[in-house]
Amino acid sequence: MRYTLLLHYPEMSLDELGEEGMAAGQEAFRSYAAALHAAGVLIAGEVLQPSSLTTTVTAASGTLQVQDGPFASTKEQLGGTFVIDVPDLDAALAWAEKAPSVQWGTVEVRPTATHVVDGQWVEG
Amino acid sequence: MLAASTRDIALAEDALADAFERALRTWPEAGVPDSPEGWLLTVARHRQSDVLGSAARRTSVPLPDADGSGRTLPAPLEDTDPDRIPDRRLELLFACAHPALDPAIRTPLMLQAVLGFEAAEIARAFALPSATMAQRLVRAKRRIKDAGIPFVVPDRSVLPARLEPVLEAVYGCFAIDWQGSAAPTVRESMAAEAHYLAVTLAEMLVDEPEAWGLAALITLSLARTPTRSAEVYVPLDEQDAAAWSSALITEGEGHLRRAAECRRDGAPLGRFEIEAAIQAAHCARARTGVLDSAALRTLHEALVVVAPTLGARVALAAAVARADGPAAGLELLDAIDDPALARFQPAWATRAALLAEAGEHEGARAAYAKAISLTTDIPTRRWLEQQAARLG
Repeated sequence: MRYTLLLHYPEMSLDELGEEGMAAGQEAFRSYAAALHAAGVLIAGEVLQPSSLTTTVTAASGTLQVQDGPFASTKEQLGGTFVIDVPDLDAALAWAEKAPSVQWGTVEVRPTATHVVDGQWVEG
Repeated sequence: MLAASTRDIALAEDALADAFERALRTWPEAGVPDSPEGWLLTVARHRQSDVLGSAARRTSVPLPDADGSGRTLPAPLEDTDPDRIPDRRLELLFACAHPALDPAIRTPLMLQAVLGFEAAEIARAFALPSATMAQRLVRAKRRIKDAGIPFVVPDRSVLPARLEPVLEAVYGCFAIDWQGSAAPTVRESMAAEAHYLAVTLAEMLVDEPEAWGLAALITLSLARTPTRSAEVYVPLDEQDAAAWSSALITEGEGHLRRAAECRRDGAPLGRFEIEAAIQAAHCARARTGVLDSAALRTLHEALVVVAPTLGARVALAAAVARADGPAAGLELLDAIDDPALARFQPAWATRAALLAEAGEHEGARAAYAKAISLTTDIPTRRWLEQQAARLG
């Protein structure tokens, strides 16, 4: 089954984090991605730029609007995603518990409903 | 350790850091003083009173020089009694593991306040951003100050209850969840710090069986470091006992004897003492060449009585299987009534091994698949995959 791990955490600037803090964080994510890859469960991993670089597009109100900034302005923002393919929720949770950012934020574990392969939507 | 008089950990740390730096500069040439800890603390205390006296004098403290031999305390320090100093450290340990502090911050606080680690180093060991760890440490120290957490060794009547979180926090330094991200060197150095803390704590408390039990547990576990590898997982029973450190095994056995000697007649064994005895039983293989599986089964039974955690119960099933065969172990595994069992990796790994041993290959394959899916540590995963592949 495919699951997406949605990593939410308070955003910190390089100034707040410090060079060393940034390096440590990068090392933790490097190691995490390497473990996911070595275990053969990693489909895709993305770490996102700060939410201040988000542009939000919507036509839900009837007219198309393009806005600066994230959809919801909250303290915690979506900071990254990992798509993994594991047998069940127990295994997905085991990996979610090891995501570095679980130490300073939250990780949502969502099963995939459908995904695209070669331009076609397929189940699971 | 210096904070008791001023209740100001930050100031004590500054003073201590200075003393460490001083020690590192002096010792290589002058040799280690008779009582290194005492020397450090004495220097640090002098330094501290200086800051309190006059901030302007901070940069020009007349630090004492060791005499040529380095065998005695520097002359200006003779007025202090080094034997009294470790007591302060004990008080600080109890403050760091005070029940009013969040359990998760107790170990980091000890590392910083008692051993002088910097927040960034502690953060690395706990796989946290340094800013986050620094913030949590500052918050905890402010809480000690503002809530008025005392720097005292608790009274005998409450000591057992108050000692437990201290021991847990020292153990926490040994058993950090490494998240697979900390470098092996960081891991080894933290284990060495835990060893130092545990032995120091036991010595300072003199006759607390569980403190000696913890010292024994950590020492005996450390003895097996040579057979531990970051790349390959080797199960305990298959480790090359000849490679274990006989010096640490002897030391650990000594601590374990101390635990037994100072336990009052009829007093029950504590969790750490039992866990240390389990380690000692495994380590004895280095001498005898065989594993006393009956003794191990008894010890694991005792552990489940004292600390009935899921881990202890699964370990008991494995120990019973080792002594009485896989069927007996599987029966115990099946009897565990805990919803967390379904996603508890050790339970699946144990079940898989026992089913394989019992010749139930189909069930073993399924259990191995589940165990592997729950394993995020790559060397362990590889090992489980190899075991599963052997079933054909």
